[in-house]
Amino acid sequence: MFAPWNPITTLAEAAPPESIQWLRVLLLEDYNTRVVVLATTLLGLAAGAVGSFTLLRKRALLGDALSHATLPGIALAFITAPIFGVDGKSLPVLLTGAAISGSIGMLTILLIRNLTRLKEDAALGIVLSVFFGGGLVALGIAQQMPEGHVAGLESFIYGKTASIIAQDAWWIAAAGAISAAVLILLYKEMQLLCFDEGFASSRGYSTIGLDFVLMAMVVLVTIVGLQAVGLVLMIALLVIPAAAARFWTSSMLRMTLLSAVIGAVSCMVGAVTSALATRLPSGAMIVLVSAVFFLLSMLLGSRRGVVVQAWRRWRLRRRIDRRHVLRGIYELAESERRDEPEPVASQWVPISKLLAMRTWSSMRLHAEIKRLRQQGMVRTRNGDVTLTSPGLLEAIRLTREHRLWELYLITHADVATERVDRDAESIEDCLEPVMIDELETLLDQYRTGDRVPVSPHGLTDVSRTVGSN
Amino acid sequence: MDATSTWMWQLDGWIIAAGVLCAVASSLVGNFLVLRRMSMLGDAVSHAVLPGLAAAFLITGSRQSMPMFFGAAIVGVLTAMLSQWIRNFGKVDEGASMGVVFTTLFALGLVMIVRAADSVDLDPGCVLYGAIEFTPLDTIRLGNLDVPRVVITLGVVTIINLLFVLLLYKELKLTSFDPALADTMGLRSAWVHYALMTLVAIMAVASFESVGNILVVAMMVVPAAAASMLTNRLPWLIVASAVIGALSAVLGQLTAITLPQSFGYGSTSTSGMMALAAGTLFMLVAIFSPHHGVLVAFLRHQRLSLSILGEDVLAYVFRQEEKGNQKEITSDWMRRRLIASSPAISIVLAWQRLTGNLTRAGDQYGLTDQGRITAASLVRSHRLWEQYLVDQAGVTSDRIHGMAERLEHFTDRPFRDELERQTAFPSSDPHGSPIPAEQSSPPPTNSGTRQP
Repeated sequence: MFAPWNPITTLAEAAPPESIQWLRVLLLEDYNTRVVVLATTLLGLAAGAVGSFTLLRKRALLGDALSHATLPGIALAFITAPIFGVDGKSLPVLLTGAAISGSIGMLTILLIRNLTRLKEDAALGIVLSVFFGGGLVALGIAQQMPEGHVAGLESFIYGKTASIIAQDAWWIAAAGAISAAVLILLYKEMQLLCFDEGFASSRGYSTIGLDFVLMAMVVLVTIVGLQAVGLVLMIALLVIPAAAARFWTSSMLRMTLLSAVIGAVSCMVGAVTSALATRLPSGAMIVLVSAVFFLLSMLLGSRRGVVVQAWRRWRLRRRIDRRHVLRGIYELAESERRDEPEPVASQWVPISKLLAMRTWSSMRLHAEIKRLRQQGMVRTRNGDVTLTSPGLLEAIRLTREHRLWELYLITHADVATERVDRDAESIEDCLEPVMIDELETLLDQYRTGDRVPVSPHGLTDVSRTVGSN
Repeated sequence: MDATSTWMWQLDGWIIAAGVLCAVASSLVGNFLVLRRMSMLGDAVSHAVLPGLAAAFLITGSRQSMPMFFGAAIVGVLTAMLSQWIRNFGKVDEGASMGVVFTTLFALGLVMIVRAADSVDLDPGCVLYGAIEFTPLDTIRLGNLDVPRVVITLGVVTIINLLFVLLLYKELKLTSFDPALADTMGLRSAWVHYALMTLVAIMAVASFESVGNILVVAMMVVPAAAASMLTNRLPWLIVASAVIGALSAVLGQLTAITLPQSFGYGSTSTSGMMALAAGTLFMLVAIFSPHHGVLVAFLRHQRLSLSILGEDVLAYVFRQEEKGNQKEITSDWMRRRLIASSPAISIVLAWQRLTGNLTRAGDQYGLTDQGRITAASLVRSHRLWEQYLVDQAGVTSDRIHGMAERLEHFTDRPFRDELERQTAFPSSDPHGSPIPAEQSSPPPTNSGTRQP
């Protein structure tokens, strides 16, 4: 469990020298930029890792609600700090306030979800809007404080990425280290929680406790990230890298790592672009870069990407069309030569009849026939089509499989529903050999010496039966 | 400072009117968002309209309302469609797709605004904060009355939303509760969905810079959530949410003026206070609602567990008396054997003595005649169940006790008679204990019966 995390930590450690060298070339040893880039990269790393768990827990917008919930704490900390003789604008004070009200928000979400009939989304919406409203009320009062303006507090909403100082980077690094440690320690439990809550609780894990830990990490990452990229854009760092990573892998560990990397790279690229060009707010740039990553992942992702899925669907349709055409020709030929033992290679079948067999368009049928002709499976002659001898062999195999299937479904239908995937390439892949032997014995009563079993539902109504499955 | 001295009907009346209209209009739409588990959509759309506003401004070069309204409305609908699209094609779950879309659009809007910072007087803050306090300043003369522009806008939106809910009531109801059925009936749930999204977007835009979007976000979710704690009927839900929304708008404005004064400050953010008021109302309803309230559910649960414990106590005393084991019929033994807390045992024992089921001598308890009848029925149910589980359900005898322990509390006379018939009138249970004779009179009594 620990080993796969090493790349992450070494990456984080390796990032400073590498990025510094890179920046030395690019940005003339600018200390401030270096701090900003390093701090945001660390933030992206931590938010990406934590975000992958909230995404799989189907709580992507948790960060949204919790980051809004920190506002009243920040404002109240500013108001009450002078009472304790502390400067209201010192970062630890504000972060403490944020952590307290974030935790109250988190508890409220859990309470609403577990004690009332309301669902998760309503709980998030309530906490988000009511806490933020409370924050605005407190800010309205804070503005009238004799200590003066609250301009510094606004940075918690919009972020002031360009003015990150080294101290902030340390805060972020500490928060990142804590959440990484918690994730490593509770990796197995979190994984269970994300994928099978019921199983987790039946194994004696407290799902509420684990949810609490997960939310606490979101609060932790959020409060340190708030003034770096701002409230709204902090949400993006928790959601987008994780959602992007999901397109590439189905393994939890890989997804967490990938999400952390995407978060880190988006932050680095976003911060650097913003430093290179004038008037590009870095918080917004970071989000836009990660949105580009998301878009690319959604299109090209190797596991769930749109292109990959479309290609898989296209290939499946080709395969099914091919089977349908070959079997259709065979069965038409068979029905026309009812008295003779078996259709032969050179028997011609009109394509119009083939077209009537199924609800396929003429274009799709002709495209498939053309593809089969190129493979040497069929020959065509003005509107007619016939099987070549390799085509006949293939058609016989497919028809035989199809009829074994039909027989199987007729005789073992109760087994079929639970154990059979009818889209499978061949029955040998999904039925045990014993079952096939049994079916073949069963077929003996239909057999009249041919290689292909007679269709169990008779041949007179070929077009209807073919169309019906 | 006297609270009434700052109250001016001319100003505060219009602010309240704007707040109430916003609340009613939002909660009309919000009910269906909460029912469809899309409560976060209001938040997403209200953030995402930023690039629409910025684009309208950059194209027209002015801060006129109309172009901005359309720009934002288009982007708002686009947000809903994009997240739907990402959800369908990318198989990303609802929340995540919304999160991706609205943060990206917000970032885009920020970049657009900052890039054009020289010429733009567009503060992203006004999207989130709004300034309902300035409502009375910008007025339009209507007849012989100066009506604030905001009130007119929100009034129109309220009417649109009301018409939408009234005219499409059946469609909204069906598509919210059973979209698959709606589709099979030819209702086009997708169209209803997008119509709803459009209204959410219009709602968010109409309240941009007028009352602040946080108010819309709050009013779309909180009153609807509170109303759903009160009723199960959709018409009442809609009415209740509108009332709660309006009430929180009024309370919000009142407290925004008066509350800070008690700490020596001037008035604070009204829309924030309205959201806070709605939250407070929600909390009260969630706790004290007569049907689904947390408190009621808790009390109901406590009462049930205490009355079950009471029956367990009677059955325990019956069994000990049956065994002649008098010395274990003390509250201490019961607490240990029945695994209960001592306050619970004390309450239950006091109650059973009060209702005349138990008597006490020293620290030992005994059954009265009336208590023995109840206890015998319970033990009879228990043992008949054990016999039935072994005989008819094929459960092994080491597992039957726990199951019978649960079932005995929900078994009445006719049920016992049926059990007895099905187990062929046994005289003892699988453990060898005798099954007590039926004590209750033939017309079935309700003793020991409870609706599960």
